[in-house]
Amino acid sequence: MTTEILDAVLPGAIAAAPFDPRVEGQRLMKDWYTGLTMARERGQHVANVFVMGNAIEILRTFDFQFVFPEINSLQTGVRKASEEYIRLSEDYGMSPDVCSYVKADVGLILKEQQHPAGLIPKADIAIASNMCSTFIKWAEIWERLLKTPTFVLDLPGQRGANWQARPGDAQHAADSRWVEAQFRDLIQKCEKITGKRFNMDRLAEVEERVNKMIFHWNNVMALNRVCPAPFNAMLDGLTYIGIMNVYRGTSEGVEYMRKLEEQLRAKVARGEGRVVEERFRLLFSGTPCYVSMRRLVELFETWGGVFAYSDYLTFASGGMDAGELVYDTSRPLESLAEITALAAQRGLSNQFFAHERLAQQIRDYDVDGIVFHGVKSCRFVSSGMADTRDYLNKRLKVPSLYIESDLIDPRYWSDAQIKNRVDAFFETLHQRGGAAPLAAKTVAAAAGSPA
Amino acid sequence: MKYVAGVDVGSTQTKAVIIDQNKTIVGRALLDMETSMVTIAQDTYKAALANAHITEDQVLYVVGTGYGRYNVKFGQEQVTEISCHARGAIALFPGTRTVIDIGGQDTKAIRVKADGQVGDFTMNDKCAAGTGRFLGAASYALEMSLSDLGPLALKSQNPVRITTTCTVFAESEIISHLAKGMLPEDVLMGVHQAITSRCVSLARRVGIDSEVTFTGGVSRNVAIVKLLEEAAGMKINVSPDAHYCGALGAALFSHDRAFGAETRPVAMAA
Repeated sequence: MTTEILDAVLPGAIAAAPFDPRVEGQRLMKDWYTGLTMARERGQHVANVFVMGNAIEILRTFDFQFVFPEINSLQTGVRKASEEYIRLSEDYGMSPDVCSYVKADVGLILKEQQHPAGLIPKADIAIASNMCSTFIKWAEIWERLLKTPTFVLDLPGQRGANWQARPGDAQHAADSRWVEAQFRDLIQKCEKITGKRFNMDRLAEVEERVNKMIFHWNNVMALNRVCPAPFNAMLDGLTYIGIMNVYRGTSEGVEYMRKLEEQLRAKVARGEGRVVEERFRLLFSGTPCYVSMRRLVELFETWGGVFAYSDYLTFASGGMDAGELVYDTSRPLESLAEITALAAQRGLSNQFFAHERLAQQIRDYDVDGIVFHGVKSCRFVSSGMADTRDYLNKRLKVPSLYIESDLIDPRYWSDAQIKNRVDAFFETLHQRGGAAPLAAKTVAAAAGSPA
Repeated sequence: MKYVAGVDVGSTQTKAVIIDQNKTIVGRALLDMETSMVTIAQDTYKAALANAHITEDQVLYVVGTGYGRYNVKFGQEQVTEISCHARGAIALFPGTRTVIDIGGQDTKAIRVKADGQVGDFTMNDKCAAGTGRFLGAASYALEMSLSDLGPLALKSQNPVRITTTCTVFAESEIISHLAKGMLPEDVLMGVHQAITSRCVSLARRVGIDSEVTFTGGVSRNVAIVKLLEEAAGMKINVSPDAHYCGALGAALFSHDRAFGAETRPVAMAA
């Protein structure tokens, strides 16, 4: 008797284990790493891609396995192994000022591709773009050290302070043609590497699945506008975005996002929040500090502070979170080019006009304050934070906190100093008449004593 | 008579203040840091009790502050030094809108609202440049006591420009200038200017609005006070009790808890 029949006869008789986004996310990530370790044995081709501007839809039609070097690096941080990799690259001669993702990746190369999650195969091709200037230099390292051929996408970005190309503009049409021409070059390269012919129908299928994932993603993000927020954008959200990137355009990715939305909707219906008592709703701007993210979230949640949203969930998904960005699968390649051009522009604009975007998100998520996390080795994201903070403080009277550490380098994490700032921030929010204070002693006891 | 207390466990010194129900300071103590923060917190508190001629059972509530606030094991509550310095500064100088605090290991600037609430704050990062530690490096290199640095610096006619902002490199730069025959007062003035510049840059992030109150151990340095006033373009409040400001703020939070929050100016005594 199949499960379906049993379910029909006895609803819930064979109930599957309830969907746990964290557990399922971990399982999917583990499967992905296992797939990478087995890629060579299985005769699969491998591509290095970044989370932004990666043309993954095209590559998927050629059955590439994907290495996400940024995700590999952040995973060394999550697994508390990043320092070893970073130190190896610094011993090799890299400056402490270089992006710690790059340094961890160079450490990986120096360790013969041995990652804490398994062996990472060397790529047959690397796709870089100008979405971050470091991407291009990073790809040059692979070319030099691993002899990996690189394909660099030149994506039109910033146009000017008050003007962006939009669908219907002549400029956008030109931008799209420019991107499409590069995609056609990429397709030729992929055909040469894999020996397979490009299949436009498969591209449409991949895009259809991406559309579905983005549909659910947008709904998931919107659910956190509810108070209490059902998830923490900087803890749970990081799992979600990992799946969005790694499983983009796959049926597993669609299923995960569908179930996630369903699970969170049920949570909202029950009035369940991420924390027992949500006292402050916050916005997180910048990159995570993956090596101490759980600790950072704990520092905030101890005070009943929840990150309802983070702009990281916008730009680290390549700017693909906007409802308007839906692929027209009747003309897959043209649509991919159009949306890639728009997403690139959006991703870049988000950094340069952060104040406008954050002001909107502050309203959308009804937050009490905003937390900026500056990373010295990531100027692309961290530059301008002081001005943005100043604007939000003075113009919108939104309280903010600025903390500084690193993406994955534990040497930049100073627990006592960060805790001090977080505590002071909440004292300020409380003084503003935000929420009633927890019993101070309880807070202190729960937070522990870093000193 | 019942009392409340605040204990500020800083990186280089621990301060304790005891106030009575009328918010009059009746006792205070300051001890240099030792290896155990728990012990120094206890010792400083006991010294303040002795200074006030009272016993521990007369104290209703103790708030700990400073980096070592969780080491005030006998306290009932911990409040960050940002809130405490703001509270203490507004008590000492009710017109305070900006607090600049330079301590042994950190520098902070706090924007204070008219009602004493913290509007915004900013602090130095992990680097100790622009903090009291920078003066410590100078004192070591010049083999002088900290209290002599300010007065000597004010004698300078041709300040030397200290190019490094790093506390570690500052020491070698100072020695290098002295080896070239520069006058100690000129080198010292350069050091003071470097600290002030760093501090003013920090303070501008929250805005420097009148009145400015300078707190922390470095507020006892006359040269820094003078340079800050020049940079801010205004007179700066400095209390003889400025280095007790955090502990005073903590004591006032204790007062809120023990006697209820009411605004009454702090009376100076003891």
